[in-house]
Amino acid sequence: MLARRGVRSYLDRMNLSLPFAIVGGAILGLLSSFGQFSRFVGDLIRALTDVRTWGPLTVGQMRRLGVDSLPIALFLSCFTGIVLALQASYTFTGAIPLYFVGALVTKTMILELGPVLTGLALSGRVGANIAAELGTMRVSEQIDALETMAYNPIAYLVVPRVLAGTIMVPLLVIFSNVLGIASGWITSMNVLDMTSAQFVRGSRLFYDSFDIVYCIIKSTSFGLTITVLGCYQGFNTRGGAEGVGIATTRAVVLASMMILVLDAFWALVLLQ
Amino acid sequence: MSIQLRGLHKGFGSKKILRGLDLDVDEGETMSLVGFSGAGKSLTLKHIVGLMKPDAGTVHVDGLEVPTLPREKLFKLRLDMGYVFQFAALFDSMTIGENIAMGLRKKGGMTQAQIRERVEESLALVDLAGFSSRFPQEMSGGQQKRAGLARAIAYRPKYLLYDEPTSGLDPVTTTVIDRLVLRMKKELGVTSLVITHDMKSAYAISDRIGMLYEGRLVEVGTPQEFQESRNPIVRAFVEGEPGLKHDAEEPLPMGGDGAAGKGRKR
Ligand SMILES: Nc1ncnc2c1ncn2[C@@H]1O[C@H](COP(=O)(O)OP(=O)(O)O)[C@@H](O)[C@H]1O
Ligand SMILES: [Mg+2]
Repeated sequence: MLARRGVRSYLDRMNLSLPFAIVGGAILGLLSSFGQFSRFVGDLIRALTDVRTWGPLTVGQMRRLGVDSLPIALFLSCFTGIVLALQASYTFTGAIPLYFVGALVTKTMILELGPVLTGLALSGRVGANIAAELGTMRVSEQIDALETMAYNPIAYLVVPRVLAGTIMVPLLVIFSNVLGIASGWITSMNVLDMTSAQFVRGSRLFYDSFDIVYCIIKSTSFGLTITVLGCYQGFNTRGGAEGVGIATTRAVVLASMMILVLDAFWALVLLQ
Repeated sequence: MSIQLRGLHKGFGSKKILRGLDLDVDEGETMSLVGFSGAGKSLTLKHIVGLMKPDAGTVHVDGLEVPTLPREKLFKLRLDMGYVFQFAALFDSMTIGENIAMGLRKKGGMTQAQIRERVEESLALVDLAGFSSRFPQEMSGGQQKRAGLARAIAYRPKYLLYDEPTSGLDPVTTTVIDRLVLRMKKELGVTSLVITHDMKSAYAISDRIGMLYEGRLVEVGTPQEFQESRNPIVRAFVEGEPGLKHDAEEPLPMGGDGAAGKGRKR
């Protein structure tokens, strides 16, 4: 009790309590509504049978959530590739042959930075977009209106977004990987005085085709998480504009945290 | 072929809104539901379409018990009901025409051309001819409201639930809407429940008027009976008498005789 109060006042002094309160509140909110969340997922799975409703809408969402996110994904990975190449050569100087830069850039991009950075960026872009849109529809009773016209709102709104995200995020990550590796390669050749052959040799050194599988599994789980959490928060928005703001923040914070948790989870499960 | 609520209870946390509401709307009848804001009028409508589940009590529409109806049957029943939302609730990613076509498509059995024709026809009924390619954001509040009404009547439901269809409209438009409500009843034999604050409208369109107060109907009767009611709550509401505490959450001493009101439906 005392200890907790001590920590509390320490946090207050350090002005750190706010982020803790937000993250803690979000976790508690998720836990306390775990039953509600499982019901939502159950409804989502059941709504998959309603192909006639979600089918025609999914392609539009793939474009909106996927294709429109391509610029930010590519922007991120381009700079990541450059930095990876430079930092690798800085770290290796003298001790390790320079062609290992190729190995590090390729491996890190595919296994970690491609999926995770893209996932985090998309939890901001896609997750927030979905939560804000569905949240606005909820508080303005548009979701109720869908129901009164005999549309299943889960099939009409949620399924297309979740499917689009789950399909498009891995694709975006693959594009990111390609561009990140390419930018690392170009940097190596132009800034680090490596030859193209050296970079390729390094890349091939530790390459394993399982890396791609791992990357796709991981990013699929990220796409699923971002869209399901965004839809769930949007769907359960309460109150007016303020409620939409809260739902959006929660969707982004929870999706970002879940991405990091899943990242560790897949490493434990698949890389051990 | 009617709406029947029995002993309906609904609360949120410690806030009890509906407390044993009994309400009947008979086939082909237009009933108005009046009451202070926050009394639970919109909530009552949401129970009828199954958007809300009661804590206790029953809701029957067409002889079917709405809260326990399996999804398919509920959806089928909903296509027989038109719901006019208090704040229109138009889909803002679609044009007005697409909004109206949503219900028609779901109901099925119409060609593309027939749908287009019905959309125009429904818009004309609410004085919005030529608005079908507009987006909701490009229209005034009153126009949005009327478009919401057009969307609800377009697929010719057997039941119409209107949530304050005329609030915020100018007097002339109010008359247009009142006439439309009467016309739906006369020409299509629709059974309607209309929530309204406007007593003049209520008298003009209703077969019966009910007043919701503290989660129950405190008065039900024909417009004439309602006007002559001696129930103090009804009098206060009709005459816009301030002073009466009308927060639904706070109990009000219903004091004296006639609190339950004569003609109260049982
Ligand atoms: N989903 C909900 N969650 C919590 N409270 C609600 C909900 N829906 C309605 N209420 C409360 O129920 C009361 C009645 O609301 P409503 O039916 O909209 O009143 P009105 O008679 O003005 O239409 C209000 O106090 C409102 O805050
Ligand atoms: Mg209301």
